[in-house]
Amino acid sequence: MDKAAQIITVSFISLAALMSAFAFIIHINDHSIIHIKLFDWIAVGSFIVSWSIYVDPVTRIMLIVICSVSALVHIYSIGYMSHDNSKPRFMAYLSLFTFAMLALVTADNFLQLFFGWEGVGLASYLLIGFWYKKSTANAASIKAFVVNRVGDFGLALGIFAIFYLFGTLDYQEVFYKAEALAAGTSNISSSIFFFGYEIGSLNLICFLLFIGAMGKSAQIFLHTWLPDAMEGPTPVSALIHAATMVTAGVFLIVRCSPMYDLAPDILSLITFVGATTAIFAASIGLVQNDIKRIIAYSTCSQLGYMFFAVGVGAYGAAMFHLFTHAFFKALLFLGAGSVIHAVNDEQDIRKMGGLSSYIPFTHMLMLIGTISLMGFPFTAGYYSKDAIIESAYLASSGFSSYAFIIGLLGVLMTSFYSWRLMFLTFNGTSRIEEKDISRIHESPNVMLIPLIILAIGALFSGYFFKDYFIGSNSELFWGNSIALHHHDEHHIPFLIYYAPMLLGFLGLFLAWYMYLKNKSIPGKIVKLNGPLYQFLLNKWYFDELYEFIFVRPAKAIGHFLWKVFDGRIIDGFGPDGIAKVVLDLSIRAKRIQSGYIYHYAFAILIGVSLFITYFIYRNL
Amino acid sequence: MIQLEQFLILSSLIFSIGVIGIFLNRKNVIIILMSIELILLAVNINLVSFSYFLGDLTGQIFALFVLTVAAAEAAIGLAILVVYNRNAGNIEIENINSLKG
Repeated sequence: MDKAAQIITVSFISLAALMSAFAFIIHINDHSIIHIKLFDWIAVGSFIVSWSIYVDPVTRIMLIVICSVSALVHIYSIGYMSHDNSKPRFMAYLSLFTFAMLALVTADNFLQLFFGWEGVGLASYLLIGFWYKKSTANAASIKAFVVNRVGDFGLALGIFAIFYLFGTLDYQEVFYKAEALAAGTSNISSSIFFFGYEIGSLNLICFLLFIGAMGKSAQIFLHTWLPDAMEGPTPVSALIHAATMVTAGVFLIVRCSPMYDLAPDILSLITFVGATTAIFAASIGLVQNDIKRIIAYSTCSQLGYMFFAVGVGAYGAAMFHLFTHAFFKALLFLGAGSVIHAVNDEQDIRKMGGLSSYIPFTHMLMLIGTISLMGFPFTAGYYSKDAIIESAYLASSGFSSYAFIIGLLGVLMTSFYSWRLMFLTFNGTSRIEEKDISRIHESPNVMLIPLIILAIGALFSGYFFKDYFIGSNSELFWGNSIALHHHDEHHIPFLIYYAPMLLGFLGLFLAWYMYLKNKSIPGKIVKLNGPLYQFLLNKWYFDELYEFIFVRPAKAIGHFLWKVFDGRIIDGFGPDGIAKVVLDLSIRAKRIQSGYIYHYAFAILIGVSLFITYFIYRNL
Repeated sequence: MIQLEQFLILSSLIFSIGVIGIFLNRKNVIIILMSIELILLAVNINLVSFSYFLGDLTGQIFALFVLTVAAAEAAIGLAILVVYNRNAGNIEIENINSLKG
């Protein structure tokens, strides 16, 4: 049973990965669109929504990211979940997720996108709560689901607004009509009343879609579910909460880039939110101690980068970072899984250290992921992150300089927390208990080979594809699938050009100095900045704030409705009340039944007398 | 010559005695049986007297049937009482209330 489930899922997804790689490579120099309508889903009058496969360059990128990472995670899971009792369920969930994600990216209309969007949310919920006997996992899965509902509500409203205004949900028609609307050559109203305010139609739609993207991509205010989602098995974190699902928000906005280009105010908002998320998540990542949580905050921060890239109009750079990030972040997560596997499910980096001699392969692979994340020259992350920061520098839209500064600062922080994680985990003296040391073991090949493939991606995917995503071939590569903006790269000053790299090395040096050379420094800094440290350690107190603002009032309202409204009013007058009246009446009726025969005889006599009286008087 | 009214008065008196006997009697089930016999008797008197004064024999024949049924009813009633006495040890009406709700 276990074997059958693994063979079926792994072989099919691997086939899909090979095919999507094939599609990506052969179409790399032509931006042709493959559009297959499978069958109609909803057909009401002129409103037709169909299930379809729509493959343009953006979809091709998503396809290769999703299918390849998913295939590698499927393979990796064979090793990682080898001690688990419900492997078929796990593989089935992973495949369900992949299906929903593919449905999301191959949609040619907003409704199929919404189907996939909810499908990945469901799969994420199921996989976070995979170990359903753990109460923290259950809580985390519910949290992820509920926080995502907030975003999905925005997305749903956005789709309603699109249908309300344009009468169609088909991407091409919507973008065409949106352009006509912006140009003033259409009869669609350019503003709409929303909660009593008059808002520009396109602004409203873009804003609502962005709310959906914020929820799915864990941007600030709706990010709280992502770190908690690490309760799920590590392959899940790598696939869903790093490489694919959380990038769906970026995908949505890039997909809708022709429309977003017409709503510059919302782009400024996206820049602001993205940049804020980038710095906010990175700052929390600096002080966390759980190996997976650090990487989760790093993911959150990198998603912030993608968002402000979108915000400054660099859709290509955002997709490029999405593409490279999928490789190195999945690599880091799976590497972290390998570490956790090696040290018997310990996740606290304070209880690790000196692991490089025990698990050298994992160490090397994680090292590759880390240098790619920090932006070491010629690795994948170097090209994509530089592209984003340069676009922010060159852009003149709202908040672009804010994003640029944040981007640079974020590079420093990213490098610092990544190397802090590496040094505390793999270098220095071991802080593992004596009895556990003998049990440390390198992971099996089935786990290491996917890591090696991802490492190749993390090293070279930037170098090989930079020309297509952001360079000289980009026009040929993207075609009309995204809105392209061109900046002349020669205007970038020398210092700006090298700043991200230099800051990355500065972060590396700081981490090395603080955690390997002079280990007393972190303690001193914590002592000097106690409140700041607590503030960061407690994740800016977002959870506490939400607990206070949303959770407790919701619980109080729920309690009130349960006890007072439902218990006293509905039950009191409804079922309970009726039952009580019936009981009361029956007790009274029971008293009549004395059991004495002369009482019954008397009742009969009275009855007969009454009948006789009635019939006599009636006929008089 | 005795008039029809007098027969009817007699029968209604007997009927009333029977009915009152059922209600006022709190002691003995046999008295209830006897009261029922009285009621039937009152009916019989009515039947016979009407039959006589109307010159129609049907009423008298009907009265004979009633007598037969009454005899059978008394026999069954007494038989039930015997069985009941064997089970419950007495036949006091005060104690016969197992239909009490």
